[in-house]
Amino acid sequence: MHPALEVRGVTKSFGSGKKTLQVLGGMEVTVREGEFVSLIGPSGSGKTTLFQLIGGLEKPDSGEIRIGGRAVTGERGHIAYMPQQAALMPWRTITDNIVLALSIAGVPAEEARRQSMEWLPRIGLAGYESSYPHTLSGGMQQRVSFLRALLAPRDLMCLDEPFGALDALTRLQMQQWLLSIWEANRRSVLMVTHSIEEALLLSDRILVISASPATVIREVEVPFARPRSSDLWTDPQFNRWKQELYELLSSNSVLSVEDERSS
Amino acid sequence: MGDKLRFAGPPLAVLFLLLLIWQGAVWLFELESWKLPGPVEIVREAWTIGPRLMEHTWATAQLAIIGFAAGAATGMLVAALLHLIPGARAALYPLLVLSQNIPTIVLYPLLMIWLGLGLLPKLVLIILVCFFPIAVAMLSGLSQRDPRLADYLAMIGAGKWRIFRDLELPGAVPYLFSGLKIAAAYSITGVIVAEWLGASRGIGYFIKLSYSGFLVTRVFAGVAIIVLLSLIVFGIIVAIERWFTRWQPRKEGK
Repeated sequence: MHPALEVRGVTKSFGSGKKTLQVLGGMEVTVREGEFVSLIGPSGSGKTTLFQLIGGLEKPDSGEIRIGGRAVTGERGHIAYMPQQAALMPWRTITDNIVLALSIAGVPAEEARRQSMEWLPRIGLAGYESSYPHTLSGGMQQRVSFLRALLAPRDLMCLDEPFGALDALTRLQMQQWLLSIWEANRRSVLMVTHSIEEALLLSDRILVISASPATVIREVEVPFARPRSSDLWTDPQFNRWKQELYELLSSNSVLSVEDERSS
Repeated sequence: MGDKLRFAGPPLAVLFLLLLIWQGAVWLFELESWKLPGPVEIVREAWTIGPRLMEHTWATAQLAIIGFAAGAATGMLVAALLHLIPGARAALYPLLVLSQNIPTIVLYPLLMIWLGLGLLPKLVLIILVCFFPIAVAMLSGLSQRDPRLADYLAMIGAGKWRIFRDLELPGAVPYLFSGLKIAAAYSITGVIVAEWLGASRGIGYFIKLSYSGFLVTRVFAGVAIIVLLSLIVFGIIVAIERWFTRWQPRKEGK
């Protein structure tokens, strides 16, 4: 079985001459089949750039990207994606938004419609099938955004600070919700986050990355068994890990309290 | 329905008041009808020549609608092409603006010289006056795409055409309609100019004829018809716009 994602020695710089800024310095990331991996690091540490490389919007200066075993460096259309803001087309209903995303991924419209009708009630959005996005709360929009990514027949899901724009309480609920949905479906996920708790709660593995040029400075296998309970945060081991990761990040002066709050 | 009445109420009341003042002034100063006829007399005159006036109105309406439709199609096509072909917008936009500086009253005789006296020069004139506001409005709409939505679509593998069809085009619709509303008014003025300068029917022709006979009341009747036509066309466009933008949260006073 090939890993869902392999990022091998990827470097990327922007600008030229004296203004050259190296954003990624030899990134190494692997997401195994059915694995949930989180990237955690400071703002401006090139996480967005990494996603753009994986999504094929930019080309790396060197290195290679493989998805599902295939070399896809610089190619678009191999990932499912959930951005920080829900990015729903305001003129399309919830169902039509899902249909659009799935049809870009090659799913026939009828099949996409059927799946979205089947899934919307499961994520607590029964009755919102023909609503327009602006009538939904931020949390509900993010659930649609996640569902859209989940249903897309792609080897890898990329979640870019998926709950970064939500208020604290909604964020907490959404983490629980995502945990239960993911554990029932086990897709390969690469998630970028600023929140240590979020990474510990959801991931199988956490990659800590440094400020630019970004490299992976530490890899942590999260030891908690699945299915994880929602009060995992009361586990003393959870807090030990949280402490350790926090110290790691602060000692590299890569994450401040502000960083954890802002996005 | 109640909402619509509330929006339509104040302007209708003001219009009614103005008509009253007009009629009152005509009575009070005993103005002769070849100088300034009152609204009552204009309506009476329009009623007596009703069938003939309707024929002219129909001719004008037909031409305006066909011309407007052709102009709208041209405008949208021009906007799409300028948007999609790299460099086209920068190269051609200034020329488009220049083309609008030629007065229609100068342009139409030229069109008649080139294209004869039939329907064609009239259509071309209306297309020329219509397409510009539509193309400009739609072009600005097309370039206003939300970068977050564009990034999202690109990330999941949408190409340029897909982004045009599913993001830029629907996003441009509200802009397009503001252009369509302006163009609708232009199209009717354009028809009137064309009919005035070279036609044997239509409201423009009717007004010109009435002027040469000093039938000022009929001139006013013609003007009233133009206003009515514009209002109807405007109303139809607003109704279509509401259907197309039903996804938008309704704003106050719109």
